[in-house]
Amino acid sequence: MFVVASIAILIALALVIGRALRGPTVFDRVVAGNTVGMLAILLLATVGFLNGRPEFLDIGIVYGLLNLIGTLAVLKFFRHGDLSHSGEEEHAE
Amino acid sequence: MMETIIDIISGALVLAGSTFILVGALGVVRMPDVFARMHAAGIIDSAGAGLLIAGMMFQAGPNLIALKLLILLAIFFFTSPTATHAVARAALHVGLEPLLAEPGNKDGGEAG
Repeated sequence: MFVVASIAILIALALVIGRALRGPTVFDRVVAGNTVGMLAILLLATVGFLNGRPEFLDIGIVYGLLNLIGTLAVLKFFRHGDLSHSGEEEHAE
Repeated sequence: MMETIIDIISGALVLAGSTFILVGALGVVRMPDVFARMHAAGIIDSAGAGLLIAGMMFQAGPNLIALKLLILLAIFFFTSPTATHAVARAALHVGLEPLLAEPGNKDGGEAG
């Protein structure tokens, strides 16, 4: 059963990486990159169960936290052009 | 007997999760604009990951591994909407408009 799940995740990864390479705007690439991280965590967990070594889950937890920080940092950079922007004056618009 | 039932439940959950992951990935490729693609990516984050991890939890049994899977599920549950919200706000801020259907034209925009 986990073999089927791994194959499905690999196919999904290929499709999403295709979108990340093709995506017209930078936001398409960010969405695709976030999804690639999510699928990588799921693949890590599935392969860990497949090999009978579920200790890979610890790596998955850390990668999940890093994935969020990376996505938010990229978005902040492309929105304000500056990672140290306080983001305060946007309520005025 | 009990193990067979647990195997069947976990197998069904894992298969359902795989189906949702494939559907979501297809949506990320085929949807016409960024906002629709975010919607499709949300299927992977919530339904796909949730069902897959629930299946693994049934397989693991009540121990530390199930707790780690629960923590992973909680991380997904909080981070995925945050990331989607940030992407949508940044895209709107930069000036992208969602692709809307014309009045009288039920098709929406053309696929890209």
